[in-house]
Amino acid sequence: MKNNDPSISADTIARFYKQIRRIRRVEETVIDLYPTDKIKSPVHLSIGQESVSVAVCEALRPTDVVFGTYRGHALYLAKYGDMKAMMAELYGKADGCARGKAGSMHLVDMKVGMMGTSAIVATSISQAAGYAFALKQRKSDAIVACFYGEGAMDEGAWHETMNFAALKKLPVLFVCENNGYAIYSSVKDRMSSVNICARSESYGIPAARIENGDTRKLYAKVQSDAAAIRAGSGPRVIEAMTCRWRDHVGPGEDRVHRYRPDAELNAWIAADEMKKLGELLPATKRAEIDRDVEAELAAAITFAEQSPYPEDREIYDHVFAAE
Amino acid sequence: MSSPPSDARTLTYGQALLEAARQEMARDAGVFIMGLGVDDAKGMYGTTANLHKEFGADRCFDTPLAEDAMTGVAIGAALAGMRPIHVHQRMDFLLLCMNQLVNMAAKSSYMFSGAVSVPLVVRAIIGRSWGQGAQHSQAFHSYFMHVPGLKIFAPTTPYDAKGAMIAAIRDPNPVVFMEHRMLYSFKGIVPEAAYEVPFGRARLLTHGKHVTIVAVSYMVAEALRAKHLLEEVGIEAEVIDPVSLAPLDIDTIVTSVSRTGRLLVVDTSWLTCGFSGEILALALERLGGKQAFQAKRMGYAPTPCPTTKPLENVFYPNARTIALAAHAMVKGEGASWKIEVQEPREIAEFKGPF
Ligand SMILES: Cc1ncc(C[n+]2csc(CCOP(=O)(O)OP(=O)(O)O)c2C)c(N)n1
Repeated sequence: MKNNDPSISADTIARFYKQIRRIRRVEETVIDLYPTDKIKSPVHLSIGQESVSVAVCEALRPTDVVFGTYRGHALYLAKYGDMKAMMAELYGKADGCARGKAGSMHLVDMKVGMMGTSAIVATSISQAAGYAFALKQRKSDAIVACFYGEGAMDEGAWHETMNFAALKKLPVLFVCENNGYAIYSSVKDRMSSVNICARSESYGIPAARIENGDTRKLYAKVQSDAAAIRAGSGPRVIEAMTCRWRDHVGPGEDRVHRYRPDAELNAWIAADEMKKLGELLPATKRAEIDRDVEAELAAAITFAEQSPYPEDREIYDHVFAAE
Repeated sequence: MSSPPSDARTLTYGQALLEAARQEMARDAGVFIMGLGVDDAKGMYGTTANLHKEFGADRCFDTPLAEDAMTGVAIGAALAGMRPIHVHQRMDFLLLCMNQLVNMAAKSSYMFSGAVSVPLVVRAIIGRSWGQGAQHSQAFHSYFMHVPGLKIFAPTTPYDAKGAMIAAIRDPNPVVFMEHRMLYSFKGIVPEAAYEVPFGRARLLTHGKHVTIVAVSYMVAEALRAKHLLEEVGIEAEVIDPVSLAPLDIDTIVTSVSRTGRLLVVDTSWLTCGFSGEILALALERLGGKQAFQAKRMGYAPTPCPTTKPLENVFYPNARTIALAAHAMVKGEGASWKIEVQEPREIAEFKGPF
């Protein structure tokens, strides 16, 4: 396969591939480790959805800030959150990004602009708008990207936030990761008409859909949206079509629940973005990236294994913020 | 009070809830179930399994993720004479329903002087363990107990689960029905025919002369284990399961405390401004001036729930800490007692993933 988009350099393609590969391999490792019970935490895997977080974060600046959800491994790693701290967090260890108090559903890395994720659907959406409000007040040139599943659009908080963000022309990019399902419930059974872009536009927010989890198209779109938002355009919405390959929660296969056609999942797996991007790279380059990823992953696992558990008295730390 | 007849049939807590819903749906065409995932393959831990097939998609249906509005929808249907059961996979999500429940459902009968009623059941499941963490482990019964006009059930046994569910569905008031994730696998004798477990009647589970232990929901199981540990050192505990938190059967509790002179309340939530303090206050008002008694409260550590297992172990009371607390009350703070207790099976065997 050839890279037909001359505006995206070979280096950028390599970065896309590496980032998706990092996320994929971390999550495959989580699946392998799960039966050992070392990760005693619900895990909401992003396998299949990696390209959305990667494309968006690659188009953002390091100083931009992201808000996400409990399905947050991909976003955390795409924003260059510390992989070691993430693994230690999944292990419930003291060197985890939240010292083991948060687990997989609540990853955080403030150094890279990864805001802590919430397990209550839609709660981060209005906070992202609030953060964007603060950036605007302070005349910062940073912007916020806010990720949510299409399920979150059912909540009143989504509608209320869209209105406010548009009203105040806030510097926020809303990224709806439309994987078609909220747990096992199809978007068709929850929305009177499935019109994610039109809904967003009804609040006066320009919206666009990107099909097939296409990393390069998403990247290009975010680049232009981010530039517009930085120039004061107000919010934008991207509906990123994607697919969760695994079960809603846990390491298991999704097919066993039989709530969606096998063919639907198969088509997505056949169109794997990681594979597509990998094929755009010279084989030696790809092998080098794969080696680097395995080394980083192995180091992260060792780090998590060796980290101690927090001491009992730590339970009382941070109930209130320090001065 | 009615106790289980010698019917040998055994069901799990989850199966008992399913049977209650099925029987009431068959009896009354106005009963329906709504909530996220109630008609999926997992059927809310089996408690709503296949009801959509049996009674049709109008009577057991999935909803959009819209807890606030859906609570209003349920209340509206109840105002029209239906009997909705609104199911929430975690009690944490009830915070999104608070406005409708507290400002509307709880007050409708009163504000309109009995012109309307809201026969609504809100099922809420309390999560625990396997890293449920800060947002999937909370129990808010104390918030609801604060509000006149809401009834609250927190049954512990399969027998009470079925009977309380039937009573809740038939009641003309909004009822918050608390279930604990760890109780679903508990087995017990459950009669097949429909029956009601009444509101406002506690269960005295064991007799004992030294200490009264009042526990809520899953903590009843831990309190009973503590009772067995205490037996080994000659301490007899009277364990009370209130079953119905609002209205509350304080008489049974006070009568017990007047015998034992010691009251230990074990909650499945935080202490401050909570159920446990309420029990102590009510007991003091009843017995104060007449009889002195020792009192102690136990519950969640005063922190959000941490996910990592070692800290989670510190967060929750357990059979060991309950037994030690009761021991200290009876034998004095200084009395030493070394006990080792294995983690209960339902916790040790719980492997999530959710
Ligand atoms: C307010 C709230 N309601 C219900 C839930 C239970 N729940 C957890 S994830 C989920 C599905 C969300 O779907 P979507 O927003 O599309 O995100 P996805 O899981 O597909 O990434 C639900 C219903 C919750 N966590 N929070």
